Amino acid sequence: MLRYVGNRLLLMIPTLFGVAVLVFFMLRIVPGDVVEVKLRADGGSVSQATIEMERKRLGLDKPLVRQFGDWMVGLATLDFGISMWTERPVIEEIAIRLELSLQVAIMATVIAVLIALPLGTMAALFRDTWIDYVVRIVTIGGLSIPSFWFGMLIMLSLLAFFNWLPPITFTPLYVDPVANLTQLIWPAMAVGYRYCAVVARMIRSSLLEVLNEDYIRTARAKGVFERVVIARHALRNALLPAVTVIGLEFTFLIGGLVVTEQVFNLNGIGMLLVQSVSRNDFTMIQGMVMLIAAFYVLVNLLVDVLYAVFDPRIRYTR
Amino acid sequence: MAKRLTALALMGAALAFAAGGAQAQTPKPGGNLVFAISAETPHYDCHGSETYATLHFSSPFYSTLLRFNLDKFPEVEGDLAKSWTVAPDFMTYTFKLHEGVKFHDGTPLTSADIKATYERMRNPPQGVVSPRKATFGDIDTIETPDPTTVVFKMKAVNASMLEHFASPWNCIYAAKDLAADPNSPKTKVNGTGPFVLVEHVKGSHVAGKRNESYFKKGLPYLDGYKGVFTLQAAAMLNALQGGQVLAEFRGISPAERDRLKQAMGDKIRIEESSWTLNLLVAFNVEKKPFDDVRVRKALLMAIDRWGGSQGLSRISTLRAVGGVLRPGSPLATPEAELVKLPGFSKDIAAARAEAKKLLAEAGVPDLKFTLHNRNLAMPYTPAGIFLVDQWRQIGVTVEHKQSDTAPYLATLNSGNYEVAIDFSNLFMDDSTLALAKYLSHKRSPQNLSRANDPELDKLYDDHVRERDVEKRKALVRAFEKRVFEQAYQQPILWWHRIVPSHKVVMGWKMSPSHNLGQDLAEVWLNQ
Repeated sequence: MLRYVGNRLLLMIPTLFGVAVLVFFMLRIVPGDVVEVKLRADGGSVSQATIEMERKRLGLDKPLVRQFGDWMVGLATLDFGISMWTERPVIEEIAIRLELSLQVAIMATVIAVLIALPLGTMAALFRDTWIDYVVRIVTIGGLSIPSFWFGMLIMLSLLAFFNWLPPITFTPLYVDPVANLTQLIWPAMAVGYRYCAVVARMIRSSLLEVLNEDYIRTARAKGVFERVVIARHALRNALLPAVTVIGLEFTFLIGGLVVTEQVFNLNGIGMLLVQSVSRNDFTMIQGMVMLIAAFYVLVNLLVDVLYAVFDPRIRYTR
Repeated sequence: MAKRLTALALMGAALAFAAGGAQAQTPKPGGNLVFAISAETPHYDCHGSETYATLHFSSPFYSTLLRFNLDKFPEVEGDLAKSWTVAPDFMTYTFKLHEGVKFHDGTPLTSADIKATYERMRNPPQGVVSPRKATFGDIDTIETPDPTTVVFKMKAVNASMLEHFASPWNCIYAAKDLAADPNSPKTKVNGTGPFVLVEHVKGSHVAGKRNESYFKKGLPYLDGYKGVFTLQAAAMLNALQGGQVLAEFRGISPAERDRLKQAMGDKIRIEESSWTLNLLVAFNVEKKPFDDVRVRKALLMAIDRWGGSQGLSRISTLRAVGGVLRPGSPLATPEAELVKLPGFSKDIAAARAEAKKLLAEAGVPDLKFTLHNRNLAMPYTPAGIFLVDQWRQIGVTVEHKQSDTAPYLATLNSGNYEVAIDFSNLFMDDSTLALAKYLSHKRSPQNLSRANDPELDKLYDDHVRERDVEKRKALVRAFEKRVFEQAYQQPILWWHRIVPSHKVVMGWKMSPSHNLGQDLAEVWLNQ
């Protein structure tokens, strides 16, 4: 197992290098750069000489290959560079927002799993009964309603019914847990609903498939209690595809909550990514894409390792 | 007798009411203001910035030499300057500074700080960005005969110099900070303003607390403030409605205003003003057929600005019809004269008939082109759609191409466009700033028509050096007439500023520029 994990970690290097090449050169295809946005976007009458001077200062006048080389050298030493917009370290800018994004992702995952597990299981066990129909309506609703729209509904409802809104600025959990949870529970619910729907649907379908397997029939024939059949034999196997979905959804939440973050005015990674794209802040975008890509690869590895935990037949020996 | 008593009683009641009203308006010290800032500054340096986001962030921390008196805009008044004199020949400006002014780190302010600040703007050291370098190009020397006197000697007359000294971008920095690192104001705040920086949480908010040693006694009224970055309009409106923020000082759209009014009734105060911003349409004279003045003129004449103003003002921040200067400002062209210029006729049917004739004469009766526009919903998109429809009515087919800010600016910079919607952002009604956009392209790269017109340049230079207001006005008129007759570019409509605040927010002053009046020194909370 350790060897397998080691191999997978080594495979991250070419994967991330590929991502680096793509993101670096694709960004440069789009015309325009951060200097013009910074100095001319608000109608400023900045001279061309000033623009060129700023470009030179930020290293944008160097040949692309050299810029790429400099960036690669930095990455190798875990130096993500300086944001061209704020001129502060990229890693510092990301770190400020990562805590919030991670917390929302974790809270949404907890909410989603806690609700999806019983919902999906009940829907499968009581297939084609009213319970299944109710679960289907709830989950299809979750899949159909965009998270940001649900978020807007939550905000407007809080405003209309209670004339109250959650805090507008972030307080870390360790500083004031109440203020923190009061702010983040709502976006976690908004994205958790869709997340829960995806997982519940997956659990339902894979549980239905597993319940028709021979080993389930064998367990029942041996007289094993139905509760044990479901919990130990069926559900454990049915969770494999659900774990994959949970992993993918979790990584998506780290950088993909752009609109939801805007609705709740959250200072998260998604907002930073979109702002950086609109400003053509190359170094920031590159740093964030690399971070998100690394996150995807690591979470996928974790999911693969969890497979072996849930299903003893899976062994990563080679 | 009874009538007289009743009258006396009524008078007494009226006086008591007036006294009560006056008492209610007496500023109450204390409290913390939370307001929304709809953009976040990339750095703290006023000198190196062009965005209001920097001013809404930095203004409370800094002072300027002069500033605009918003009660009598565009008059100027002293800020750090206690008094000043201008030599009769306009070649020497002498400022006496307030005594006992201290920077937030305790360093006393002297005339050397003023000199260092202005030297940084007019002769920026290597690596320092100074967009206003040209503005101070007419300054010859800056002298500091004593710690509270600073003298600016000019190379040439600049009739707008006093207004430039009042620019909100000219934050005064400490000479010692600039000597240690000329770029320190980008990341470090050390001003003489009414508030001291407490924290800036990136992407979230900026907080300030009262500067206890502020040189204007009794100010500021607030204990502190928090400016929350609300980058999405819906989030900002929710926060305003929910009372999480008490104001947004840049401006909102008419639809947003209506939503707040409907939801909040008399709890919200809405202040409105014309705005020192406009959208322009520019024709690239380097591209055919826009090198033909008849084509350009025809396209301007087809635009019904007066009708468009009525429709667009309901759905966007666009409203006032005006020439190169903000309608209603001291040097602006009155409506009676404006309607005689191409593109401003109120008889739109006749104007369009004339436009069609001009296009036919130019050999392009079925003209087709691409209108390059910025991908911002307010107000670029409605302005673009409006123009496309106006030109359709004279048989012109237009493709409306909107791009994100970076590629939009890159396209404008490269000259690879036929017709573009441009943006003019002024912080005051000064003609030297407003007219600069229309100068020859080789002198003024922000002239998107890319036209070079020596006649315009001469009129501009003459007006900058002209000290007589009436003669200056005449030169502005001649300049404007030339620009519109040649139809290089023309304002589509001027913006309208709408600022919402909770009624507990007092002392903030509305002005035609969102870049002014943001030091919050006189703001107080009536609660």
